[in-house]
Amino acid sequence: MAEACCHGISDEKYQKLDEIINQYKGKPGGLIPVLHQAQLIFGYLPKEVQIRVAEGLDIPLSEVYGVITFYSFFSQKPRGKYTIGVCLGTACYVKGAAEIVEALEENLGIKVGDTTENGEFSLMVTRCLGACGLAPVLTIGEDVYGRLTPDKIPEIIKAYENR
Amino acid sequence: MNLYRAHVLICGGAGCLSSGCKAVQEKFIAELKAHNLENEVKMVETGCIGTCDLGPVIVIYPEGVFYKKVAPEDVQEIIEEHLIKGRYVTRLLYERPVSGEQIPFYNEIDFFRKQQRIALRNVGIINPEVIEEYIARDGYLALGKVLTQYTPEQVIQEIKDSGLRGRGGAGFPTGLKWEFTRKAPGDQKYVICNADEGDPGAFMDRSVLEGDPHSVIEAMTIAGYAVGANQGYVYVRAEYPLAVQRLEDAIKKAREFGMLGENILGTSFSFDLEIRVGAGAFVCGEETALLASIEGKRGEPRPKPPFPASHGLWGKPTLINNVETYANIPVIINRGADWFKQFGTEKSKGTKVFALAGKVNNTGLVEVPMGTTLREVIFELGGGIPNHKRFKAAQTGGPSGGCLTEKDLDRPMDYESLVAAGSMMGSGGLIVMDEDNCMVDVARFFLEFTQDESCGKCTPCRIGTKRMLEILIKITQGKGEERDLEILEELATTIKATALCGLGQSAPNPVLSTIRNFRDEYLAHIREKRCPAKVCRALLQYTIISELCKGCGLCARNCPEKAISGEPKKPYTIDQEKCIKCGNCLDKCPFNAIELK
Repeated sequence: MAEACCHGISDEKYQKLDEIINQYKGKPGGLIPVLHQAQLIFGYLPKEVQIRVAEGLDIPLSEVYGVITFYSFFSQKPRGKYTIGVCLGTACYVKGAAEIVEALEENLGIKVGDTTENGEFSLMVTRCLGACGLAPVLTIGEDVYGRLTPDKIPEIIKAYENR
Repeated sequence: MNLYRAHVLICGGAGCLSSGCKAVQEKFIAELKAHNLENEVKMVETGCIGTCDLGPVIVIYPEGVFYKKVAPEDVQEIIEEHLIKGRYVTRLLYERPVSGEQIPFYNEIDFFRKQQRIALRNVGIINPEVIEEYIARDGYLALGKVLTQYTPEQVIQEIKDSGLRGRGGAGFPTGLKWEFTRKAPGDQKYVICNADEGDPGAFMDRSVLEGDPHSVIEAMTIAGYAVGANQGYVYVRAEYPLAVQRLEDAIKKAREFGMLGENILGTSFSFDLEIRVGAGAFVCGEETALLASIEGKRGEPRPKPPFPASHGLWGKPTLINNVETYANIPVIINRGADWFKQFGTEKSKGTKVFALAGKVNNTGLVEVPMGTTLREVIFELGGGIPNHKRFKAAQTGGPSGGCLTEKDLDRPMDYESLVAAGSMMGSGGLIVMDEDNCMVDVARFFLEFTQDESCGKCTPCRIGTKRMLEILIKITQGKGEERDLEILEELATTIKATALCGLGQSAPNPVLSTIRNFRDEYLAHIREKRCPAKVCRALLQYTIISELCKGCGLCARNCPEKAISGEPKKPYTIDQEKCIKCGNCLDKCPFNAIELK
């Protein structure tokens, strides 16, 4: 077992992060790929991770923070075990994506951007996923659900609750 | 090499994947084995065949029979009937939307028959993960031809002669861009593929990357040779993980085959590619913002000039084209500029891929010659509007574009004609709307999008779009005033003239275009506090038709706000002050006594 440090985030994860940082060190434009990998490792980008990346790549922390807050993919808050992303592209919108969001909010008891208390689900809205032919669409992790109607939502959520 | 008597093409595009095509594939593998047909019938997983709404779809060759909505349970029947006995499984054949007539063959279905596939030539036909299949369809032939027979100047001349224009939005002549980059002084140059396909409703670039990644790799290598670059980057948005994976795989294979890397095809030319994944910022589709993002910075645009052709990535001359533009290049080299020029209109040559979505029967990707009319695309390829609804508008150009209406149906679509109609080509998203869509709400939707995606660097975009959005929200809530339209138009004109980049300059377009084409609908919201399409919730009113109400009380029991009251067996009433317009009463009433106005 790796020893716990830094707000309960294990050393093992930091070791992995250091390996990634070393791969990109000195390479121009490496910050965004490193942040992508870091988010994969930690699930989100807490301050400690930002500091480690800044020091490792020799970039001011303000710049790292600036980049993280600019791009919607990077999160400074921990996310649930499953992130539900509802596509709000035009095709999904004209086919009733707003009602899908409502149904999810009602079923999960949270608003968009929040995570359920048990840490299972985070609810997000996303940009066009490019599956317009199946609109409206949502994703849970890597699974895609298309041709949705509000009444299909409880069943979809249930399938994940029981995992 | 084993020769097969039949090929089963299973679409593995994003649409079919989410309809469950993997299970169908697995079933095919198992059943072909069980029937001892493994050496006679080959199953191929292809990229997007195009008819997303009918997925999972399969096409069986040599006949070219098209089956729709195939479930794992259907596989055994397809094998036993079609592949063993030679009889079609009629219940899975495509049916024409209105007549219901069955059409067995892929190339006789209107959706495919009317297409001219150049950029999408291999998508849905080859397995994107097998480089040999790409090569078998003349893949990398153009690269070989260019490296051994053409000077860089000759390549550029050929592209200029073809009349190809950028398919990402603005329609700038591709050959000229190549020439500027070639002529720009500098020892280090770069080639970039803009695959940050952010326009909501456009998914052709995704389809090319997922279904035919080598066509982009080949074209970028040709571009590298033409402009004098040895390094390329593909900037793909993070929302497309499968595209990233297929592209990574294709780059690796291209290197193994000597199509990328040092001394390509044994010549002295070297070129390599790297993928950069975006992180969810629409503005990064703008080329200067994209450059900043590859450099690892906040994706903020900068003023042009200088253009990337002279000052691009890390200040070096850089060529940036989009995915669909690149996908055309190998064909132009192989078949010649004259061949390519035969398609299209006077100023817009070749074809355009449209992503057909929204209220249309056949959703999916269609590639048609420039100059095809909107009517042909929506009503012939697209099979018309579902549920006998009326066509209201088609939105093109995403958040930078505008709406086309009934009067534009017979207008040949090319770069110029769409601008003349107050919209634009954009990347080719085409979203069909019917009478149930409110155009004020659509304008609000787009402005919410651009406002949220505004990077905040310049004031007109950051604050101007915010003010416009506030006014639109006011109107959809029934609080609009007549002078609001004037204010909107004035703000729009200012933003268009003064915003820093394309995102801001084009952000007001959806508003201007809907005001121009649907002024009456705006006025209904403002003057009558009424939403004719019954979308804007604050303007809706649920009422009980007393003649039809039997006083059963079901509506009152289901009203979450206790806004309905009455006595049993007498007509009930709805308190409009308390009503939150959830529509529960309308759904529950067994006598259709509730009316929505």
